[in-house]
Amino acid sequence: MPRPTPETAPYWEAAKAGELRIQKCGACGRHYFYPRPFCRYCASPDVAWVTVSGRARLVSYVINRRPMPGFESVSPVIALVELDEGPRLMTNVVGVEPAPENLPLDLRLRVTFEERGGTVLPVFQPEEESA
Amino acid sequence: MTSMHGGRIAIVGAAETDEIGVLPNTSMLQLHAEAGLNALRDAGLTPADVDGVATAGPLALDVAHHLGINPRWADGTMVGGCSFLLHVRHAAAAVAAGAADVVLITHGESGRSRVGAPRWGGANATPAGQFEAPYGAITPYATFTVPALRFLHERGMDREDLARVVVAQREWASKNPRALRRDIVTVDEVLQAPEIAYPFTRDMCCVVTDGGGALVLTSAERAADLPGGSRAVYLLGSGEATESAMVSQMEDPGSFQAFRRSSAEAFRTAGLGHGDVDHLMIYDAFAHLPLYGLEDLGFVGRGESGAFIADGHTIPGGSLPVNTNGGGLAYTHTGMYGMFAILESVRQLRGEAAAQVPDVEVSFVQGVGIFFAASGSLVLSNRGF
Repeated sequence: MPRPTPETAPYWEAAKAGELRIQKCGACGRHYFYPRPFCRYCASPDVAWVTVSGRARLVSYVINRRPMPGFESVSPVIALVELDEGPRLMTNVVGVEPAPENLPLDLRLRVTFEERGGTVLPVFQPEEESA
Repeated sequence: MTSMHGGRIAIVGAAETDEIGVLPNTSMLQLHAEAGLNALRDAGLTPADVDGVATAGPLALDVAHHLGINPRWADGTMVGGCSFLLHVRHAAAAVAAGAADVVLITHGESGRSRVGAPRWGGANATPAGQFEAPYGAITPYATFTVPALRFLHERGMDREDLARVVVAQREWASKNPRALRRDIVTVDEVLQAPEIAYPFTRDMCCVVTDGGGALVLTSAERAADLPGGSRAVYLLGSGEATESAMVSQMEDPGSFQAFRRSSAEAFRTAGLGHGDVDHLMIYDAFAHLPLYGLEDLGFVGRGESGAFIADGHTIPGGSLPVNTNGGGLAYTHTGMYGMFAILESVRQLRGEAAAQVPDVEVSFVQGVGIFFAASGSLVLSNRGF
Protein backbone atom coordinates (compact mmCIF):
# COMPACT_ATOMS: atom_id res chain seq x y z
CA MET A 1 0.00 0.00 0.00
CA PRO A 2 1.17 3.55 -0.63
CA ARG A 3 3.45 5.26 1.85
CA PRO A 4 2.83 9.03 1.56
CA THR A 5 5.66 11.53 1.54
CA PRO A 6 5.28 15.06 2.98
CA GLU A 7 4.57 16.31 -0.55
CA THR A 8 1.83 13.78 -1.30
CA ALA A 9 0.20 13.44 2.13
CA PRO A 10 -2.64 15.94 1.38
CA TYR A 11 -3.77 13.73 -1.53
CA TRP A 12 -4.06 10.67 0.69
CA GLU A 13 -5.65 12.60 3.57
CA ALA A 14 -8.27 13.96 1.18
CA ALA A 15 -8.99 10.45 -0.11
CA LYS A 16 -9.64 9.34 3.46
CA ALA A 17 -12.20 12.15 3.69
CA GLY A 18 -13.82 11.02 0.42
CA GLU A 19 -12.44 13.81 -1.73
CA LEU A 20 -10.27 13.76 -4.82
CA ARG A 21 -7.86 16.65 -4.36
CA ILE A 22 -5.03 17.44 -6.75
CA GLN A 23 -2.96 20.53 -7.40
CA LYS A 24 -3.57 23.48 -9.71
CA CYS A 25 -0.99 26.04 -10.81
CA GLY A 26 -1.74 29.67 -10.10
CA ALA A 27 0.67 30.83 -12.79
CA CYS A 28 -0.36 28.78 -15.83
CA GLY A 29 -3.77 27.68 -14.60
CA ARG A 30 -3.31 23.98 -15.27
CA HIS A 31 -4.20 21.08 -13.00
CA TYR A 32 -1.45 18.49 -12.65
CA PHE A 33 -0.73 15.08 -11.17
CA TYR A 34 1.01 13.49 -9.24
CA PRO A 35 1.51 15.87 -6.31
CA ARG A 36 4.64 18.01 -5.96
CA PRO A 37 5.12 21.51 -4.56
CA PHE A 38 5.72 23.16 -7.94
CA CYS A 39 3.93 23.11 -11.28
CA ARG A 40 4.73 20.12 -13.48
CA TYR A 41 4.35 22.33 -16.58
CA CYS A 42 5.92 25.70 -15.71
CA ALA A 43 7.82 24.98 -12.44
CA SER A 44 5.98 27.78 -10.61
CA PRO A 45 5.77 27.31 -6.82
CA ASP A 46 2.42 29.16 -6.88
CA VAL A 47 0.28 26.04 -6.61
CA ALA A 48 -2.84 25.17 -4.60
CA TRP A 49 -4.72 22.01 -3.64
CA VAL A 50 -8.20 21.93 -5.15
CA THR A 51 -11.04 19.43 -5.02
CA VAL A 52 -11.83 18.29 -8.56
CA SER A 53 -15.10 17.09 -10.09
CA GLY A 54 -14.23 13.41 -9.88
CA ARG A 55 -15.49 12.96 -13.42
CA ALA A 56 -13.25 11.19 -15.89
CA ARG A 57 -13.15 9.09 -19.06
CA LEU A 58 -11.66 5.66 -19.62
CA VAL A 59 -8.49 6.05 -21.71
CA SER A 60 -7.18 2.48 -21.68
CA TYR A 61 -7.06 -0.61 -19.49
CA VAL A 62 -6.17 -4.25 -19.01
CA ILE A 63 -8.16 -6.93 -17.22
CA ASN A 64 -5.54 -8.67 -15.12
CA ARG A 65 -6.09 -12.44 -14.99
CA ARG A 66 -2.94 -13.07 -12.91
CA PRO A 67 -3.21 -10.77 -9.89
CA MET A 68 -0.34 -10.49 -7.45
CA PRO A 69 -0.86 -11.96 -3.97
CA GLY A 70 -3.12 -9.59 -2.04
CA PHE A 71 -4.95 -8.36 -5.12
CA GLU A 72 -7.21 -11.38 -5.70
CA SER A 73 -10.30 -9.77 -4.22
CA VAL A 74 -10.09 -6.31 -5.83
CA SER A 75 -11.11 -5.22 -9.31
CA PRO A 76 -8.84 -6.70 -12.00
CA VAL A 77 -9.51 -3.72 -14.26
CA ILE A 78 -6.26 -1.72 -14.17
CA ALA A 79 -7.18 1.46 -15.93
CA LEU A 80 -5.72 4.69 -17.22
CA VAL A 81 -8.31 7.46 -16.82
CA GLU A 82 -8.31 11.13 -17.73
CA LEU A 83 -9.91 13.57 -15.31
CA ASP A 84 -12.17 16.24 -16.83
CA GLU A 85 -9.61 18.71 -15.46
CA GLY A 86 -6.88 17.15 -17.65
CA PRO A 87 -4.52 14.96 -15.63
CA ARG A 88 -4.41 11.22 -16.20
CA LEU A 89 -3.97 8.65 -13.48
CA MET A 90 -3.83 4.92 -12.92
CA THR A 91 -6.77 3.42 -11.05
CA ASN A 92 -9.19 0.51 -10.92
CA VAL A 93 -12.63 0.52 -12.50
CA VAL A 94 -15.15 -0.91 -10.02
CA GLY A 95 -18.90 -1.49 -9.92
CA VAL A 96 -19.03 -3.29 -13.23
CA GLU A 97 -18.50 -6.89 -14.33
CA PRO A 98 -14.88 -6.93 -15.61
CA ALA A 99 -15.51 -7.78 -19.26
CA PRO A 100 -14.48 -5.91 -22.43
CA GLU A 101 -18.12 -5.37 -23.51
CA ASN A 102 -18.74 -3.36 -20.33
CA LEU A 103 -15.65 -1.25 -20.77
CA PRO A 104 -15.73 0.69 -24.05
CA LEU A 105 -12.94 3.23 -24.29
CA ASP A 106 -14.01 6.79 -23.43
CA LEU A 107 -16.65 5.43 -21.03
CA ARG A 108 -17.69 8.18 -18.62
CA LEU A 109 -16.56 7.51 -15.05
CA ARG A 110 -17.00 9.02 -11.60
CA VAL A 111 -14.65 8.73 -8.65
CA THR A 112 -15.51 6.62 -5.62
CA PHE A 113 -13.36 5.43 -2.75
CA GLU A 114 -12.36 1.99 -1.50
CA GLU A 115 -10.69 1.17 1.77
CA ARG A 116 -7.91 -1.35 1.30
CA GLY A 117 -5.51 -2.37 4.02
CA GLY A 118 -5.93 0.78 6.09
CA THR A 119 -5.60 3.13 3.12
CA VAL A 120 -8.40 4.75 1.12
CA LEU A 121 -7.83 4.61 -2.62
CA PRO A 122 -9.62 6.70 -5.24
CA VAL A 123 -11.18 4.30 -7.77
CA PHE A 124 -13.68 4.93 -10.57
CA GLN A 125 -17.08 3.52 -11.55
CA PRO A 126 -19.22 4.04 -14.62
CA GLU A 127 -21.27 7.20 -14.34
CA GLU A 128 -24.99 6.50 -13.92
CA GLU A 129 -27.12 7.35 -16.94
CA SER A 130 -29.38 9.87 -15.24
CA ALA A 131 -26.87 11.38 -12.86
CA MET B 1 39.27 13.59 -29.72
CA THR B 2 37.36 11.79 -32.44
CA SER B 3 33.64 11.37 -33.12
CA MET B 4 31.61 8.83 -31.17
CA HIS B 5 29.57 8.18 -34.32
CA GLY B 6 30.24 7.71 -38.00
CA GLY B 7 31.94 4.36 -37.56
CA ARG B 8 34.87 5.59 -35.48
CA ILE B 9 33.96 3.23 -32.63
CA ALA B 10 33.57 -0.52 -33.11
CA ILE B 11 32.04 -3.51 -31.37
CA VAL B 12 34.85 -6.06 -31.49
CA GLY B 13 33.48 -8.68 -29.11
CA ALA B 14 29.92 -9.91 -28.77
CA ALA B 15 28.65 -13.05 -27.08
CA GLU B 16 25.93 -14.59 -24.97
CA THR B 17 26.30 -17.02 -22.09
CA ASP B 18 26.92 -20.59 -23.30
CA GLU B 19 23.30 -21.37 -22.60
CA ILE B 20 20.20 -19.23 -22.24
CA GLY B 21 16.82 -20.36 -20.97
CA VAL B 22 16.46 -22.07 -17.62
CA LEU B 23 19.77 -22.01 -15.69
CA PRO B 24 19.06 -22.83 -12.04
CA ASN B 25 22.74 -23.45 -11.25
CA THR B 26 24.14 -20.07 -12.26
CA SER B 27 23.92 -16.85 -10.24
CA MET B 28 23.20 -13.46 -11.72
CA LEU B 29 26.80 -12.30 -11.19
CA GLN B 30 28.22 -15.41 -12.81
CA LEU B 31 25.99 -14.87 -15.86
CA HIS B 32 27.66 -11.45 -16.23
CA ALA B 33 31.10 -12.99 -15.85
CA GLU B 34 30.50 -15.85 -18.28
CA ALA B 35 29.07 -13.52 -20.93
CA GLY B 36 31.87 -11.01 -20.36
CA LEU B 37 34.63 -13.60 -20.71
CA ASN B 38 32.95 -15.03 -23.82
CA ALA B 39 32.79 -11.57 -25.40
CA LEU B 40 36.45 -10.87 -24.56
CA ARG B 41 37.45 -14.22 -26.08
CA ASP B 42 35.43 -13.33 -29.16
CA ALA B 43 37.45 -10.11 -29.42
CA GLY B 44 40.79 -11.80 -28.84
CA LEU B 45 41.23 -9.84 -25.59
CA THR B 46 41.47 -10.60 -21.87
CA PRO B 47 40.24 -8.79 -18.75
CA ALA B 48 43.70 -7.18 -18.49
CA ASP B 49 42.97 -5.27 -21.71
CA VAL B 50 39.78 -3.72 -20.35
CA ASP B 51 39.83 -0.26 -18.77
CA GLY B 52 36.13 0.57 -18.88
CA VAL B 53 33.12 -1.35 -17.54
CA ALA B 54 29.42 -0.67 -17.89
CA THR B 55 26.44 -2.63 -16.63
CA ALA B 56 22.96 -2.39 -15.15
CA GLY B 57 21.61 -4.62 -12.42
CA PRO B 58 24.66 -5.10 -10.23
CA LEU B 59 27.02 -2.16 -9.85
CA ALA B 60 29.64 -1.81 -12.57
CA LEU B 61 32.29 -2.08 -9.85
CA ASP B 62 30.87 -5.44 -8.75
CA VAL B 63 31.25 -6.86 -12.24
CA ALA B 64 34.67 -5.27 -12.72
CA HIS B 65 36.04 -6.62 -9.47
CA HIS B 66 34.52 -10.08 -10.08
CA LEU B 67 36.40 -10.23 -13.38
CA GLY B 68 39.64 -8.81 -11.95
CA ILE B 69 39.36 -5.55 -13.87
CA ASN B 70 40.53 -2.21 -12.43
CA PRO B 71 38.61 0.26 -14.59
CA ARG B 72 39.46 3.91 -15.08
CA TRP B 73 35.93 4.45 -16.43
CA ALA B 74 32.64 3.01 -15.14
CA ASP B 75 29.03 3.52 -16.18
CA GLY B 76 26.10 2.24 -14.14
CA THR B 77 23.35 3.90 -16.13
CA MET B 78 20.16 2.05 -15.21
CA VAL B 79 17.13 2.63 -17.40
CA GLY B 80 15.82 -0.94 -17.37
CA GLY B 81 15.94 -3.14 -20.45
CA CYS B 82 17.50 -0.59 -22.79
CA SER B 83 20.34 0.26 -20.40
CA PHE B 84 22.85 -1.61 -22.57
CA LEU B 85 22.01 0.48 -25.63
CA LEU B 86 22.78 3.57 -23.59
CA HIS B 87 25.99 1.92 -22.38
CA VAL B 88 27.08 1.44 -26.00
CA ARG B 89 26.41 5.09 -26.65
CA HIS B 90 28.18 6.23 -23.49
CA ALA B 91 31.12 3.88 -24.08
CA ALA B 92 31.51 5.23 -27.60
CA ALA B 93 31.65 8.77 -26.20
CA ALA B 94 34.21 7.68 -23.60
CA VAL B 95 36.46 5.98 -26.14
CA ALA B 96 36.13 8.94 -28.51
CA ALA B 97 37.09 11.32 -25.70
CA GLY B 98 40.02 9.20 -24.57
CA ALA B 99 38.45 8.36 -21.21
CA ALA B 100 38.64 4.63 -21.95
CA ASP B 101 40.29 2.42 -24.55
CA VAL B 102 38.47 -0.91 -24.25
CA VAL B 103 35.02 -1.05 -22.67
CA LEU B 104 33.25 -4.20 -21.54
CA ILE B 105 29.45 -4.01 -21.28
CA THR B 106 27.79 -6.93 -19.52
CA HIS B 107 24.27 -8.20 -18.92
CA GLY B 108 23.27 -11.18 -16.81
CA GLU B 109 19.96 -11.90 -15.20
CA SER B 110 18.54 -14.87 -13.40
CA GLY B 111 15.11 -13.66 -14.43
CA ARG B 112 13.45 -17.04 -14.21
CA SER B 113 15.39 -18.97 -11.57
CA ARG B 114 16.20 -15.90 -9.40
CA VAL B 115 19.62 -17.26 -8.34
CA GLY B 116 21.66 -14.55 -6.64
CA ALA B 117 19.09 -12.03 -7.88
CA PRO B 118 17.82 -9.03 -5.96
CA ARG B 119 14.40 -9.21 -4.37
CA TRP B 120 11.60 -8.16 -6.69
CA GLY B 121 9.30 -5.29 -5.94
CA GLY B 122 9.37 -1.55 -5.74
CA ALA B 123 9.45 0.95 -2.91
CA ASN B 124 6.00 2.08 -1.81
CA ALA B 125 6.92 5.74 -1.28
CA THR B 126 8.05 6.43 -4.87
CA PRO B 127 5.57 8.08 -7.22
CA ALA B 128 4.91 4.74 -8.96
CA GLY B 129 4.75 2.98 -5.59
CA GLN B 130 2.12 5.40 -4.33
CA PHE B 131 0.05 6.07 -7.44
CA GLU B 132 0.25 2.93 -9.61
CA ALA B 133 1.21 -0.13 -7.57
CA PRO B 134 -1.78 0.09 -5.15
CA TYR B 135 -4.04 -0.62 -8.13
CA GLY B 136 -2.21 -3.80 -9.08
CA ALA B 137 -0.11 -2.08 -11.75
CA ILE B 138 3.02 -3.86 -10.55
CA THR B 139 3.94 -6.75 -12.83
CA PRO B 140 5.05 -5.89 -16.36
CA TYR B 141 2.13 -7.79 -17.93
CA ALA B 142 -0.39 -5.69 -16.01
CA THR B 143 1.38 -2.32 -16.33
CA PHE B 144 3.44 -2.04 -19.53
CA THR B 145 0.37 -3.31 -21.38
CA VAL B 146 -2.16 -0.76 -20.10
CA PRO B 147 -1.86 1.78 -22.97
CA ALA B 148 -2.18 -0.84 -25.75
CA LEU B 149 -5.98 -0.73 -26.14
CA ARG B 150 -5.75 3.03 -26.66
CA PHE B 151 -3.12 2.61 -29.39
CA LEU B 152 -5.29 0.05 -31.18
CA HIS B 153 -8.54 1.98 -30.70
CA GLU B 154 -7.14 5.23 -32.12
CA ARG B 155 -6.12 3.42 -35.29
CA GLY B 156 -9.09 1.13 -35.84
CA MET B 157 -6.85 -1.83 -35.07
CA ASP B 158 -7.60 -4.73 -32.70
CA ARG B 159 -6.25 -7.79 -30.88
CA GLU B 160 -5.60 -9.56 -34.17
CA ASP B 161 -2.89 -6.99 -34.84
CA LEU B 162 -1.21 -7.99 -31.59
CA ALA B 163 -1.53 -11.65 -32.58
CA ARG B 164 0.05 -11.02 -35.99
CA VAL B 165 3.17 -9.66 -34.30
CA VAL B 166 3.53 -13.01 -32.56
CA VAL B 167 2.83 -15.00 -35.73
CA ALA B 168 5.49 -13.06 -37.66
CA GLN B 169 8.17 -13.44 -35.01
CA ARG B 170 7.57 -17.17 -34.62
CA GLU B 171 8.55 -17.46 -38.29
CA TRP B 172 12.00 -16.29 -37.20
CA ALA B 173 12.07 -18.26 -33.96
CA SER B 174 11.25 -21.48 -35.80
CA LYS B 175 14.65 -21.15 -37.52
CA ASN B 176 16.54 -20.54 -34.28
CA PRO B 177 17.52 -23.57 -32.14
CA ARG B 178 18.27 -21.32 -29.13
CA ALA B 179 14.78 -19.79 -29.11
CA LEU B 180 12.55 -20.91 -26.24
CA ARG B 181 9.28 -20.81 -28.23
CA ARG B 182 9.88 -22.26 -31.68
CA ASP B 183 6.43 -23.40 -32.83
CA ILE B 184 4.83 -21.70 -35.82
CA VAL B 185 1.45 -20.35 -34.68
CA THR B 186 -1.69 -18.91 -36.27
CA VAL B 187 -3.59 -15.77 -35.30
CA ASP B 188 -6.39 -17.92 -33.86
CA GLU B 189 -3.98 -19.97 -31.77
CA VAL B 190 -2.43 -16.83 -30.31
CA LEU B 191 -5.85 -15.37 -29.51
CA GLN B 192 -6.98 -18.62 -27.91
CA ALA B 193 -3.94 -18.98 -25.66
CA PRO B 194 -4.62 -18.40 -21.96
CA GLU B 195 -5.39 -14.78 -21.19
CA ILE B 196 -2.81 -13.07 -18.98
CA ALA B 197 -4.15 -9.51 -18.96
CA TYR B 198 -6.84 -8.72 -21.54
CA PRO B 199 -6.19 -7.94 -24.37
CA PHE B 200 -2.91 -9.88 -23.97
CA THR B 201 -2.76 -13.67 -24.13
CA ARG B 202 0.25 -15.72 -23.01
CA ASP B 203 1.82 -15.77 -26.46
CA MET B 204 1.67 -11.96 -26.66
CA CYS B 205 3.85 -11.79 -23.52
CA CYS B 206 7.59 -12.43 -23.49
CA VAL B 207 9.19 -15.64 -22.30
CA VAL B 208 10.87 -15.44 -18.88
CA THR B 209 14.42 -16.80 -18.89
CA ASP B 210 17.91 -16.76 -17.41
CA GLY B 211 20.94 -15.70 -19.41
CA GLY B 212 23.51 -13.07 -20.20
CA GLY B 213 25.32 -11.28 -22.95
CA ALA B 214 28.21 -8.89 -23.34
CA LEU B 215 29.90 -6.52 -25.75
CA VAL B 216 33.45 -5.20 -26.12
CA LEU B 217 33.95 -1.76 -27.69
CA THR B 218 37.08 0.02 -28.80
CA SER B 219 38.19 2.47 -31.46
CA ALA B 220 37.90 1.45 -35.10
CA GLU B 221 41.64 2.05 -35.35
CA ARG B 222 42.41 -0.49 -32.64
CA ALA B 223 39.75 -2.87 -33.97
CA ALA B 224 41.68 -3.18 -37.22
CA ASP B 225 44.64 -4.66 -35.28
CA LEU B 226 42.58 -7.27 -33.43
CA PRO B 227 42.23 -10.89 -34.60
CA GLY B 228 38.50 -10.38 -35.06
CA GLY B 229 38.87 -7.02 -36.76
CA SER B 230 37.24 -8.19 -39.95
CA ARG B 231 34.10 -9.02 -37.97
CA ALA B 232 33.92 -5.57 -36.33
CA VAL B 233 30.57 -3.81 -36.20
CA TYR B 234 30.60 -0.02 -36.24
CA LEU B 235 28.44 2.53 -34.47
CA LEU B 236 27.10 4.99 -37.03
CA GLY B 237 24.60 6.86 -34.87
CA SER B 238 22.70 6.66 -31.61
CA GLY B 239 20.14 8.35 -29.42
CA GLU B 240 18.64 8.12 -25.97
CA ALA B 241 15.61 9.65 -24.28
CA THR B 242 13.62 9.26 -21.10
CA GLU B 243 10.04 10.05 -20.26
CA SER B 244 8.09 8.93 -17.17
CA ALA B 245 8.69 6.01 -14.86
CA MET B 246 4.89 5.86 -14.56
CA VAL B 247 2.93 4.46 -17.49
CA SER B 248 -0.02 6.63 -16.46
CA GLN B 249 2.00 9.80 -16.96
CA MET B 250 3.02 9.22 -20.60
CA GLU B 251 2.54 12.34 -22.65
CA ASP B 252 0.45 10.31 -25.13
CA PRO B 253 -0.57 6.71 -24.37
CA GLY B 254 -0.97 6.05 -28.10
CA SER B 255 2.63 6.94 -29.01
CA PHE B 256 5.88 6.78 -27.09
CA GLN B 257 7.56 10.18 -27.04
CA ALA B 258 10.96 8.75 -26.04
CA PHE B 259 10.92 6.32 -29.02
CA ARG B 260 10.34 9.27 -31.32
CA ARG B 261 13.10 11.42 -29.83
CA SER B 262 15.86 8.84 -29.46
CA SER B 263 15.31 7.27 -32.88
CA ALA B 264 15.29 10.69 -34.56
CA GLU B 265 18.64 11.48 -32.96
CA ALA B 266 20.04 8.11 -34.04
CA PHE B 267 19.04 8.70 -37.66
CA ARG B 268 20.34 12.27 -37.55
CA THR B 269 23.72 11.36 -36.06
CA ALA B 270 24.11 8.45 -38.50
CA GLY B 271 23.21 10.67 -41.43
CA LEU B 272 20.98 7.90 -42.74
CA GLY B 273 17.29 7.50 -43.51
CA HIS B 274 14.77 4.72 -43.03
CA GLY B 275 15.39 3.39 -46.54
CA ASP B 276 19.02 2.69 -45.62
CA VAL B 277 18.05 0.23 -42.87
CA ASP B 278 18.25 -3.45 -43.84
CA HIS B 279 17.37 -5.01 -40.49
CA LEU B 280 15.47 -3.85 -37.43
CA MET B 281 15.30 -4.98 -33.83
CA ILE B 282 12.50 -3.54 -31.68
CA TYR B 283 12.50 -4.52 -28.02
CA ASP B 284 9.37 -6.63 -27.61
CA ALA B 285 8.55 -7.52 -24.04
CA PHE B 286 4.92 -7.52 -25.22
CA ALA B 287 3.30 -7.67 -28.64
CA HIS B 288 2.24 -4.02 -28.77
CA LEU B 289 5.83 -2.74 -28.75
CA PRO B 290 6.76 -3.59 -32.35
CA LEU B 291 3.58 -1.74 -33.41
CA TYR B 292 4.51 1.37 -31.42
CA GLY B 293 8.09 1.01 -32.63
CA LEU B 294 7.37 0.74 -36.35
CA GLU B 295 5.22 3.88 -36.16
CA ASP B 296 7.16 5.97 -33.62
CA LEU B 297 10.47 5.29 -35.39
CA GLY B 298 8.84 6.35 -38.65
CA PHE B 299 9.28 3.13 -40.62
CA VAL B 300 5.55 3.27 -41.39
CA GLY B 301 2.91 5.97 -41.08
CA ARG B 302 0.44 6.31 -38.24
CA GLY B 303 -1.96 3.39 -38.20
CA GLU B 304 0.01 1.38 -40.79
CA SER B 305 1.96 -0.91 -38.46
CA GLY B 306 -0.62 -3.70 -38.33
CA ALA B 307 -1.04 -3.90 -42.09
CA PHE B 308 2.74 -3.73 -42.60
CA ILE B 309 3.17 -6.86 -40.49
CA ALA B 310 0.07 -8.58 -41.93
CA ASP B 311 1.48 -8.03 -45.43
CA GLY B 312 4.62 -9.97 -44.54
CA HIS B 313 7.19 -7.19 -44.62
CA THR B 314 8.81 -8.22 -41.34
CA ILE B 315 9.09 -12.01 -41.82
CA PRO B 316 11.82 -14.02 -43.60
CA GLY B 317 12.04 -12.74 -47.16
CA GLY B 318 10.23 -9.49 -46.28
CA SER B 319 11.37 -5.97 -47.10
CA LEU B 320 12.25 -5.11 -43.47
CA PRO B 321 13.14 -8.15 -41.33
CA VAL B 322 12.21 -7.40 -37.70
CA ASN B 323 13.23 -9.24 -34.52
CA THR B 324 15.02 -11.97 -36.41
CA ASN B 325 16.04 -13.96 -33.32
CA GLY B 326 12.36 -14.41 -32.49
CA GLY B 327 12.45 -11.46 -30.09
CA GLY B 328 11.64 -11.31 -26.44
CA LEU B 329 8.33 -12.94 -27.31
CA ALA B 330 10.01 -16.15 -28.49
CA TYR B 331 13.82 -16.12 -28.22
CA THR B 332 14.66 -15.12 -24.67
CA HIS B 333 13.77 -12.43 -22.14
CA THR B 334 15.78 -12.33 -18.94
CA GLY B 335 14.13 -9.14 -17.69
CA MET B 336 16.38 -6.56 -19.35
CA TYR B 337 16.34 -7.88 -22.89
CA GLY B 338 18.12 -5.04 -24.69
CA MET B 339 21.51 -6.76 -24.73
CA PHE B 340 20.03 -9.64 -26.75
CA ALA B 341 18.56 -7.24 -29.30
CA ILE B 342 22.02 -5.68 -29.83
CA LEU B 343 23.66 -9.12 -30.04
CA GLU B 344 21.24 -10.28 -32.76
CA SER B 345 21.98 -7.13 -34.71
CA VAL B 346 25.72 -7.83 -34.42
CA ARG B 347 25.22 -11.45 -35.56
CA GLN B 348 23.22 -10.32 -38.58
CA LEU B 349 25.89 -7.77 -39.52
CA ARG B 350 28.61 -10.39 -39.14
CA GLY B 351 26.63 -12.89 -41.19
CA GLU B 352 26.52 -15.31 -38.25
CA ALA B 353 22.82 -15.33 -37.29
CA ALA B 354 20.78 -18.50 -36.89
CA ALA B 355 18.20 -17.07 -39.29
CA GLN B 356 20.52 -14.98 -41.43
CA VAL B 357 19.10 -12.17 -43.57
CA PRO B 358 21.05 -11.80 -46.83
CA ASP B 359 23.22 -8.71 -47.35
CA VAL B 360 22.61 -6.82 -44.10
CA GLU B 361 24.77 -3.69 -44.06
CA VAL B 362 22.81 -1.40 -41.72
CA SER B 363 20.89 -2.55 -38.68
CA PHE B 364 18.78 -0.40 -36.37
CA VAL B 365 18.34 -1.49 -32.74
CA GLN B 366 15.53 0.07 -30.69
CA GLY B 367 15.30 -0.49 -26.96
CA VAL B 368 12.76 0.40 -24.32
CA GLY B 369 13.15 0.39 -20.54
CA ILE B 370 11.18 0.47 -17.28
CA PHE B 371 7.96 0.09 -19.22
CA PHE B 372 7.44 3.30 -21.24
CA ALA B 373 10.11 5.23 -19.33
CA ALA B 374 13.26 5.12 -21.43
CA SER B 375 14.43 4.59 -24.98
CA GLY B 376 17.78 3.82 -26.60
CA SER B 377 18.51 3.64 -30.33
CA LEU B 378 21.59 2.41 -32.18
CA VAL B 379 22.48 2.43 -35.86
CA LEU B 380 25.07 -0.28 -36.50
CA SER B 381 26.88 -1.35 -39.65
CA ASN B 382 29.51 -3.77 -40.86
CA ARG B 383 30.98 -0.95 -42.93
CA GLY B 384 32.94 1.89 -41.35
CA PHE B 385 31.51 4.51 -43.77
